[in-house]
Amino acid sequence: MSSAPILALENLTMRFGGIVAVNALSFSAQRKQITALIGPNGAGKTTVFNCITGFYKPTSGVIRLTHDDGTQYEMQKLKDFNISKQAKVARTFQNIRLFPGMTALENLMVAQHNALMRASGLTLLGLLGVPSWRTAEQSAIDNAVFWLKRVGLLDRADDAAGNLAYGDQRRLEIARAMCTGPALLCLDEPAAGLNARESAALSELLLSIRSDHGTSILLIEHDMSVVMEISDRIVVMDYGVKIAEGTPRDIRDDPKVIAAYLGTDEEEAAAVLEAEA
Amino acid sequence: MSASLPASSPPASNGSEPVGAGFILKKAVLSALVALGLFSLMVGVRTEAGQSGQLEYWTRFGELASLVGAVFVGSIVVELLRLWLGPRGGLGSFVPASVQSGLSVAGRYLAPALLIFTLLVPVIFYNQRYILDLGILVLTYVMLGWGLNVVVGLAGLLDLGYVAFYAVGAYSYGLLSTTFGLSFWICLPLAGILAAFWGVLLGFPVLRLRGDYLAIVTLAFGEIIRLVLINWQDVTGGPNGISGIPRPSLFGIPLTPGPDGLAAMLGIPFSPTHRIVFLFYLILALALLTNWVTIRLRRLPIGRAWEALREDEVACRALGINITTTKLTAFATGAMFGGFAGAFFATRQGFISPESFTFQESALVLAIVVLGGMGSQLGVALAALAMIGGFELFRSLEVYRMLVFGLAMVLVMIWRPRGIVGHRSPTVFLEKSKSISSDLVKEGHG
Repeated sequence: MSSAPILALENLTMRFGGIVAVNALSFSAQRKQITALIGPNGAGKTTVFNCITGFYKPTSGVIRLTHDDGTQYEMQKLKDFNISKQAKVARTFQNIRLFPGMTALENLMVAQHNALMRASGLTLLGLLGVPSWRTAEQSAIDNAVFWLKRVGLLDRADDAAGNLAYGDQRRLEIARAMCTGPALLCLDEPAAGLNARESAALSELLLSIRSDHGTSILLIEHDMSVVMEISDRIVVMDYGVKIAEGTPRDIRDDPKVIAAYLGTDEEEAAAVLEAEA
Repeated sequence: MSASLPASSPPASNGSEPVGAGFILKKAVLSALVALGLFSLMVGVRTEAGQSGQLEYWTRFGELASLVGAVFVGSIVVELLRLWLGPRGGLGSFVPASVQSGLSVAGRYLAPALLIFTLLVPVIFYNQRYILDLGILVLTYVMLGWGLNVVVGLAGLLDLGYVAFYAVGAYSYGLLSTTFGLSFWICLPLAGILAAFWGVLLGFPVLRLRGDYLAIVTLAFGEIIRLVLINWQDVTGGPNGISGIPRPSLFGIPLTPGPDGLAAMLGIPFSPTHRIVFLFYLILALALLTNWVTIRLRRLPIGRAWEALREDEVACRALGINITTTKLTAFATGAMFGGFAGAFFATRQGFISPESFTFQESALVLAIVVLGGMGSQLGVALAALAMIGGFELFRSLEVYRMLVFGLAMVLVMIWRPRGIVGHRSPTVFLEKSKSISSDLVKEGHG
């Protein structure tokens, strides 16, 4: 297994015209850990995500991904769909992007597109219905069923994704991302809009994905109870730059972070901390 | 009329409004006023060029009054009908729930019944050449509709130039057979391949375009192909077209009265109907092939990727689906079926010219797909039957048939805005295949 971090950002900069959304950001996400990216609204978190997952081409900088076997990808050079196909990075979206007119099961089948495409001999063998295609399709269904069971949606497998409740849609999107067999899972505010019980179930799911499936996770989240509970490491951003990095305990007591969230300056935040202690 | 029938309002909103005599009267007066405004110049004043070219006009207040009166009464009748049909209102309630559930049961047996009937058409109507010809025409449009359904219905790419591929297929067979003497059965796959090639060629530049922009470019593509066919006289024969295109043979056995013809070989007297029946079964086989391939493709990863593309392109990219090749394969597959249909058209007519491949054909095929319900195979077949067959049915109405036809389309679109068969059936299921309501299914952004 490679000792390099699974994801390393080096001096990532993203400019939109005159606005610098992300400015020379460097951080790394360790293998088989949950790394959280937090910060006030407009700090540039989602921009970083979009750069990592290929939706934006960064203005400058390197995004390096290292697989367990040591294969390295410079993701800013990859085409958008290859970031999932080759580099094995899956993502979810802040505003859920399921295929609403397809069933939950179909959503998970679409996620296994590339593997199934190979198995169907680029459609030709599948059109003829050769046995190898049938077994491949069945194993894809089995995989989908596994994940549906894992997120507790097995009984809704044949229902349209657009008909599911909000919390169910969030979990289905995570299941869909996991069906691509990712090395790194990027979650954009997975707990947004969930109630306390659903958040707790989400935390449990993410911890299990990390430890049982060995998938590294990078997440953006505003729900601090989730972040503090499950993160191994936290990176804090504000105005496009990194202002702090460390374990949840370090971050909790960092006056810079509190200042950024409260919109005050550091001395005041330090005073608040001392008063609490 | 338009003022008295708010077609787009959801049924629920009608129920909440207080509907009294005053409301109905107010609405009727408003409708009548709109009608008065609209018709006062169109109907109320009649103009004509006089003997020496001067303007002559006279008023027709009687006709105007009767029209406005008809709108007034009509509006009241419509409102009373709404009241009588219960609080749901709207045209959807014209079909009660019991009938609708009965329809869904009938729907399950509709497709096999239609297929069996179609297979028997040449037997039942053997001596009615007109019906057989009409059947061939309907089946050609069924096939074109199913072909375009791949592009528009599944992949959600609005293609207004589908007739271009029909033309490529027809000219491929026409030119290959008249120039090189190739038989229909060799030219058929070639026509499909060439049309698919043109589909890819069109696909490349338009991949970045979406929605209206895509529609405009495909429309232009259809026109370009037609203009090239008109102007490239040396090859295509220009406006004169290609004549003397060979008729198809039953795997080498010609359907002619000669001693080596099929009739002589079977020892039965020759009849020109044999060829018509053969053509009927040929286009039926081609259409069923299109249907079979499309149904298979939907259950394969490529078909699911097409539908996923229609639902959400961004999510597709995040899942590692190559948008470019997925769109291109949709274009190519649809174009290929168009090419097959074109080759059939050429062999059936024996003569082709650019006049057969106007924008009107593209619009007609697109109307069939939209009316039938995008993505639904049965719906497209029904719509083709209704559009082409219905058009023939109303032939006796002469000038009014366009009007009847337009009205029928408007009514269908009010009653079923997502087409005759609007719901989507899943491609894979664990326990029970539940059809997905049309308001969840996206129609694609191009």
